[in-house]
Amino acid sequence: MLSKKDLLGLNDVPKEEIELILDTAVNMKKLLKQGVKKLPNLQGKSVITLFYENSTRTRMSFELASKFMSAVAANISASSSSVAKGETLIDTGKTLDSMCTDVIIIRHPVGGAPALLAQNVKASVINAGDGMNEHPSQGLLDMLTMKERFGELKGLKVAIVGDIKHSRVAKSDIFGLTKMGAEVNLFAPSTLMPSGIDSFGAKICSSREEALSGANVVMGLRLQLERMKGGLFPSVAEYHEFYGINDSHLKLADSNAIVMHPGPVNRGVELSSSAIDADVSLINEQVKSGVAVRMAILSLLTKK
Amino acid sequence: MSKLLIKNGTIVNSNDTYVSDILVENGKIVKIDKDISISDCDVIDATGKHVLPGLIDLHVHLREPGLEYKEDIESGSKAAVHGGFTGIACMPNTKPVCDNAVTVGYIVNRAKEVGLCKVYPIGAATKGLDGAELAEIGKMKKLGAVAVSDDGKPVATGQMTRLVMEYAADFSIKLHAHCEDKSLSGDGVVNEGKYSTFVGLKGIPNVSETAGVVREIAIAENFNKEVHICHVSTKESVDAIRQAKARGVKVTAETCPHYFTLTDEAIVNFDTSTKVNPPLRAESDRLAIIEGLRDGTIDAIATDHAPHHVDDKRVEYAYAAFGITGLETSFALSYTKLVKENGFTMSKLVKLMSENPAKIINVDGGKIEVGECADLAIVDLGADWVVDKTKFYSKGKNTPFDGMKVSGQVFATVFGGKIVYKEDKIYG
Ligand SMILES: [Zn+2]
Repeated sequence: MLSKKDLLGLNDVPKEEIELILDTAVNMKKLLKQGVKKLPNLQGKSVITLFYENSTRTRMSFELASKFMSAVAANISASSSSVAKGETLIDTGKTLDSMCTDVIIIRHPVGGAPALLAQNVKASVINAGDGMNEHPSQGLLDMLTMKERFGELKGLKVAIVGDIKHSRVAKSDIFGLTKMGAEVNLFAPSTLMPSGIDSFGAKICSSREEALSGANVVMGLRLQLERMKGGLFPSVAEYHEFYGINDSHLKLADSNAIVMHPGPVNRGVELSSSAIDADVSLINEQVKSGVAVRMAILSLLTKK
Repeated sequence: MSKLLIKNGTIVNSNDTYVSDILVENGKIVKIDKDISISDCDVIDATGKHVLPGLIDLHVHLREPGLEYKEDIESGSKAAVHGGFTGIACMPNTKPVCDNAVTVGYIVNRAKEVGLCKVYPIGAATKGLDGAELAEIGKMKKLGAVAVSDDGKPVATGQMTRLVMEYAADFSIKLHAHCEDKSLSGDGVVNEGKYSTFVGLKGIPNVSETAGVVREIAIAENFNKEVHICHVSTKESVDAIRQAKARGVKVTAETCPHYFTLTDEAIVNFDTSTKVNPPLRAESDRLAIIEGLRDGTIDAIATDHAPHHVDDKRVEYAYAAFGITGLETSFALSYTKLVKENGFTMSKLVKLMSENPAKIINVDGGKIEVGECADLAIVDLGADWVVDKTKFYSKGKNTPFDGMKVSGQVFATVFGGKIVYKEDKIYG
C-alpha cells in the first residue's frame, strides 16, 4: 500500500515505498515473462489516460498494464493552451470523477499540472510526465532495470548525459536514485544543464570522461532537435561529437556497465548506433520493465 | 463645517514621533496639540495607536476601464482604505490602455465619485504600450497623470526609453520603468534557480531584471533625466541602483512587500498565488532588498497590487496570470518584516510608505503638520492577526499570504478629513 492517493513524483515518495513498488514490479515482470497477461488486481476499476502531449509508448505501456490487470481502460487526447479557451484541467478532472474513474494517468506540458488535478479529484492521479518536472514511472522502470541487473541500487554509479534541463526523466532518476543511495553524475552542454540541479544530490561533471569513468550505468537522454532553433546547441553533428556517446566512451565506464535510454532514441545523436545495439544496451529491457512497473503502481495505488 | 478630533494618538512623521491630539477642519489639519477639547465634533480615540500620514502606493492595477471582472476603481479604492492608503497611483495597462487624456480624465472623475481616496493615473509612456510612438504625455499630465509607464513590460527599446525620459521631463513627470530584458525572461514563470529546477517550471534569471535596470540607469545618466525603477526584486538591481545614486544619477526605486517577505521556496506546491513578475527570488535577494530599503537605495514600498479573477489563477502554473493582490496586506507585512523583525523605526516606515512616494510623484501628503491635508492612517501596532483573503475588499483574492500571522493592523483611515474606514467598515 502507498501512503498517498497519487503518484506525482519520486521526490515525495519515501524510500520504503519505492522499494515496495520495485519489489512488486519484480513479481509482475516474472509473471509477464511467464506469459501471464491476465491478473485480477484491477477488476472493476476504471483507468483513464489523459494525455495533453503525444506519446505512443508511455500511453501504450500504461494501457497494457491496466488491461493485463483487468481494468476498464480508456484514452482521452486533449489539447492544452493558455490562449485557446478550452475546458479547464480542473473541470476535466471533475468530469472524469463524475464518471467514477478510479485512476487518471496524465501527461501534460506544464510542471505541476498533475498536482493541480490531484488536488481537485477523488481519483488517484498518476503523473506520466509533466513539463520539465517529473516522470516517476520512468524513473521507477529505470531503477527496476538497474536493480535487476546489479542486485541493488545502493552504491551504483549512474552517468546521465544529454539534455538534463528539459528532462523530467533525469529529474525523477535523480530524485529516486539518490534516495536509494546511488551516485548520479550529470554531463550536458551548459545551455542544457538546469541551474541548481546539484543541490538535489547529483554531481555536475565538467567532461564526458569525468561523468563516465567507472560508471555502472551510462544513460543517454533524447535530444529534442527543435532545441537547436532555440539556440541551445549549434548542430546535431557538433552535439554528437562533444556530447554524444560511442563505443570508445563506453570503455571509460566500468567493465560491467550497461547502456540505457528512455527512448525514443535519435541514432547517432545522443548515442551512436553501435552503442544502442551493443550487448550491454538494456534499452529494450527498459520497455519490458515499464509495463511491469506500471502494473505495480496501478495495483498498489488501487489497493485499499 | 465638519470637524474631526483624533485624541491621544502617537503621531509619526519621518523625522519625529510624539503623542498629541489632532484637530481637523474642512479637510485640513488645523491644530496639533495636547488635550484639545472641543465639543460638537466627531472623535476618534487613538489612545495606544499610531497616527501616520495616509499611505501612498506608487504601483497598483485597478483594472478599470475594461477589466472590471478583476477589479474596479470602487473595489480598489475600498481595498486601499482598508489597507491605510489614501493615495494610489494606477498603472495604464487597462482595456483600452490609458494612453490618452480621455481615459486619464475618466479615471480621475470615477475616483472622485467613489470618493474614498486619491487615485493618481499613470499614463502609458507609448501608445498602446507598444513601444513605437510616444503617448500624449502632455495632455495626460494636464488631466492628472502623475507619471508614465509601459508597466507589464519594459519600454520596448533603448531609443524609445530615451525619448520618453526626455519628453516626459518637459512636463515635469518621469518614467516609472518596468525593467526587464524580455529575451532573458523568455517564457519563464518563476525565478531561475534550484526551485525552478525542483518544480520543473521555466525560470526567469535575476539578470533579466537587472539588465533592464542597468539600461534605464545608463540612459537616465547619459541624458541627465530622472527615472523611477519599479518593483525591484534582485540583489544585483539593488547594487546597480546604489552605485548609480552614489554617482548622482537621478534615480529612485520601489520594491514590494512580497520581495522582502517571501522567497521562491514558496513555489514548491505550485500555488499560483505565488506567480508574479518579477518573480519571488532567492533568500540572498530578499535580504539585499531589506538592506536596500534600510540604507535608502530603495526609496519606497509599493504593492504592485495586481488583482485577478479566481479563474485566471485556478489553472496550470504556467498558464496562470502573473500578480499578487497587495493593498490590504502591505502595511502589516511591512511592519512585521521591517519594523518588528529588522529594527526599522516607524518613522522610516512612514518615509517608505508615504513621504517618499508623495515626493516621487510630486503630490501632497507624507507628513502630519498643521495646514496639511487630513489624509491619515491610524494603526494598531499591538494587533496580531491572521490574513484572511475572504475579508478583502479587493475583488482579487490572489494572495500568497492567506493564513499568515502578521502584526500591525489598520484601525481607521481618514481621507480629506472624513473617516473612510474604521474597524472593518467602509464609510462611503
Ligand atoms: Zn511591472
